[in-house]
Amino acid sequence: MLGASKELCGIRRLAHFTFVKDQPDPSLGQTKEMNLCQAIQNAMDLTLANDHTAIVFGEDVAFGGVFRCTVDLRQKYGADRVFNTPLSEQGIVGFGIGTAVSGATTIAEIQFADYIFPAYDQIVNEAAKYRYRSGNLFDCGRLTIRAPWGAVGHGALYHSQSPEAQFLHTPGIKVVIPRSAIQAKGLLLSCIKDNNPCIFFEPKILYRSAKEDVPIKDYTIPLSKAEVLIEGTDITMVTWGTQVHVLREVIQMVAKENISCELIDLRTIVPWDVDTVCKSVVKTGKLLISHEAPITGGVGAEIAATVMKECFLNLEAPIERVCGYDVHPIPHTFEAFYIPSKWRCFDGVKRLMNY
Amino acid sequence: MRQIQVELESVIMNSYTKLLAILQPNTSRRILLQRRDAFHSNTVKSPINISGSSAVNTKQQSRFSSTDSSSKTLDYEAKNAYKLHLLEEGPKTNVSCNREEGLEFYKKMQVVRRMEASANNMYKSKLIRGFCHLYSGQEAVCVGMRAAMDKSDSLITAYRAHGWSYMMGVSVTGVLAELTGRKSGCAEGKGGSMHMYAPNFYGGNGIVGAQVPLGAGVAFAHKYRGEPNICVALYGDGAANQGQVFEAYNMAKLWALPCIFVCENNGYGMGTSAARASANPHFYTRCEYIPGIWVDGMDVLAVREATRFAKEWCVSGKGPMIMEMATYRYFGHSMSDPGTSYRTREEIQDVRKSRDPITSFREKVIQAGLASDEEFKTIDNEVKKIVEDAENHAQNDPELHVDEMYSHVYSNPPKNYMIRGCDSFTYKEATK
Repeated sequence: MLGASKELCGIRRLAHFTFVKDQPDPSLGQTKEMNLCQAIQNAMDLTLANDHTAIVFGEDVAFGGVFRCTVDLRQKYGADRVFNTPLSEQGIVGFGIGTAVSGATTIAEIQFADYIFPAYDQIVNEAAKYRYRSGNLFDCGRLTIRAPWGAVGHGALYHSQSPEAQFLHTPGIKVVIPRSAIQAKGLLLSCIKDNNPCIFFEPKILYRSAKEDVPIKDYTIPLSKAEVLIEGTDITMVTWGTQVHVLREVIQMVAKENISCELIDLRTIVPWDVDTVCKSVVKTGKLLISHEAPITGGVGAEIAATVMKECFLNLEAPIERVCGYDVHPIPHTFEAFYIPSKWRCFDGVKRLMNY
Repeated sequence: MRQIQVELESVIMNSYTKLLAILQPNTSRRILLQRRDAFHSNTVKSPINISGSSAVNTKQQSRFSSTDSSSKTLDYEAKNAYKLHLLEEGPKTNVSCNREEGLEFYKKMQVVRRMEASANNMYKSKLIRGFCHLYSGQEAVCVGMRAAMDKSDSLITAYRAHGWSYMMGVSVTGVLAELTGRKSGCAEGKGGSMHMYAPNFYGGNGIVGAQVPLGAGVAFAHKYRGEPNICVALYGDGAANQGQVFEAYNMAKLWALPCIFVCENNGYGMGTSAARASANPHFYTRCEYIPGIWVDGMDVLAVREATRFAKEWCVSGKGPMIMEMATYRYFGHSMSDPGTSYRTREEIQDVRKSRDPITSFREKVIQAGLASDEEFKTIDNEVKKIVEDAENHAQNDPELHVDEMYSHVYSNPPKNYMIRGCDSFTYKEATK
C-alpha cells in the first residue's frame, strides 16, 4: 500500500506532458540545438546586434535573469543596453513605454507573469491607448514585454498564472505565446519588430525541456496566424503554449478509437486568427478548446462565442472547453488536479463524439 | 559630520560589491577586501563592554534553581546600533536582558535557523517543491521585534515569511508541513512557501511590496477601534522601490496611523545589491515626513529596544515610523539562486563569522555569566528535537482531500452554487 502511494506520488511529480519537437524549416539554413530559454536569449542577442536602439531591462536581467534568458547579453552589449531595474513592475513598464515612444526598441522583462498586475494600468491605459489617444502622433509599438507564464509543476498561487485573458479585453496590444524553441525565437523576433506593443508570455515549464534544432539566423513567424499542426477530420482542437503538447498526446490516445483530430496552435492570442480556426471547424463540425487559465471568462469563451456565430450551422456538438477550474490558479498541492490534463481532455473528446 | 561618516559606512557593504563590476579583476579584489575590512572594523567590531550585573529579581530567582546566573543580567552599551532620521532622541543605547529572556531569544533564533536548515535540506531532496525563500541570517529581526510587541499587535510581511510565521504563533510543523503541502500546514498545504498565516499575522505575500499598504489599513483598524496596538508592515530593500510603499507612507502619515514600516535590508533585492537598485539606499531616511531609525538588525537586544521605542511613538499618536533593519541573508534569494553570483563567498563567510546574530548573542550571554556553554548545548538539542519532529510530520502527514480544492473561493456561496469545472464530474459544490 505504501509502495503504491509512493509510486503515485512519483507519477504526480512528473511533467503532465511530453514535449514534441518540430522540424526546422530547411530554407532557414543552419541550425543549432537550443532549448526555449536559449532561443529567447538568441532572439534578443540578434536584436541587440542588429538594432543599435535596442535595450533590454528588468529585474536581475543583467546577470542573466532568474531563468537565465538574458545570460551573457550584458557582457556582449554593455551595461547601458542591458541593465537591472529596481523591483518595480509599474515603473518598468512605464519606463519601457517612455523609451519605446522616444525611439528605442524596448524589451522589458517582468520576472513572472503573475507580477504583471502592478503594471496592468500602464499596459492597459498607457501602452495600449497611446496611438489612439494621440491620433497616431505617438505610439509605443517598439515595446515588447516578456514574462514567464503558466504552470510549472509547483509554482503555487503567485508563480503559475496564465493571465492572457486579462489582456484579451484590451485592444491595441498583442499577446503571443509560443509552444517550442523554434516558435519562441521566430515569434519573439516578430513581436520585437512589430509596430504594436506586444506581450510575449513564455511557458516557463518549457524553458529547459523544449529542446530542438533552432535556425541560427534571424527569422520571423507571422503574428495573428495560427498553425495547423496535425490535420484531422472529426474534431478541431485549439490551444497554445504548453497545452499543445498535452493535446498532441490526447490525439494519439483517441486515434486508437479511430477519431481523427485537427490540432491548431493559436500562437497569437490577441488579435487571434479567426479564419484558420473557423475553416477547420467548418470541416470537422466539432471544437474543443483547452487552456490552463480558469474557464470562466477565459480566452476559450471568446473563441467559442466567435465560432458559434461564424460556424453555427456547421457545429455538430456544443463547443467543449477543457480548462483550469474556477479556483485560484494554482493551489500548491492540487496542481495535478487543477491542470486540464490529457485525461480531462480525453473526456472532453468523448463528450463531443457521443453528443 | 559624524552622522555622514556613519552613513557612509553603512553603504560600504554594498559599494564593495558594486566595485566588483566596475574594476578590473585584480584591483577589484584588493579594494573589495579593503572596503570590507573597513566596514567591519568600523561598525561591527566596535568594542562592547558587557557586564553581568547582579540586579536582583525575585521572580526569576524563584523560577531558576541555578542561583548565581539567574539573578544576573546581560547589559551593554550598543553604541553604533542606531541612526536617527527626523528624531531628536532615539532608543536607549544601553540594552539588557535577564537570563530567562536571553535563553528564550537564543532558543527562538535557533529554532528559526534550524527550521530553515531543514527546509533547505527537504528542498534539496525534492520533498519541498516550488518557491522557497529562507530567513537564515535575519533571525535577530523577527525574534527581537516580536519581543517588543504584545499579543494583540499585528504584522504583515512578504515572501520571506518562515521565521515570522513561527514568531507569530505558527508551529514549526505548521511551517514545514505547509512547505511540503500537507494538511497539517498552516494553510492546509494549499499555499506552500510564502502563504503562511496566523491570528494577527496577515501573511505571507508573494507580490513584492503589495503587503505594505495592507499594513497601513490594518494599523488604521487598530486606531479606529481605539486599541493601544500597532501594525508592523515589513518589506525588503528590493520592495522599498515599489510605488505602493510610498503610497502607504503618505496615507499612514496623513491619518497618523500606528504603523511601523520595517525595511529588512539584507543587502540584496534578489540579485541586485541595494545601492544599485536604490537612489537612496538609506531606507530609514526615505520619507521626508516620517521619522526613521536605522537598527543593527544582527543585535537582537538592539532590535527589541528600537522596536519598543517605535511602538511607544506610534501608540502615543505621533503617527507612523520607519525602521531599517540592517541584516544579511546567508542563502540566495530563493532556492534557485545559489547566492554567489552577485556577492563573494568570502563576504558571506565574513558575516557568519563576525556578525552572526546567534553566535554573537550566545557569546555575550556566556561572557556575562548568564548561562553556560552546556546549557546552550541542551537548548540546541531541544531545538533539534522540535525540528526533527516537525520534519517527520511534514514528510508523513496526509495531504488535504482533493475536494478541498474548491473550498474558500467565496464565503457563503449562494445556494446550489457550484464551482465550475470543465466536465460532468467536476462541477462541485463548495463545502467551505
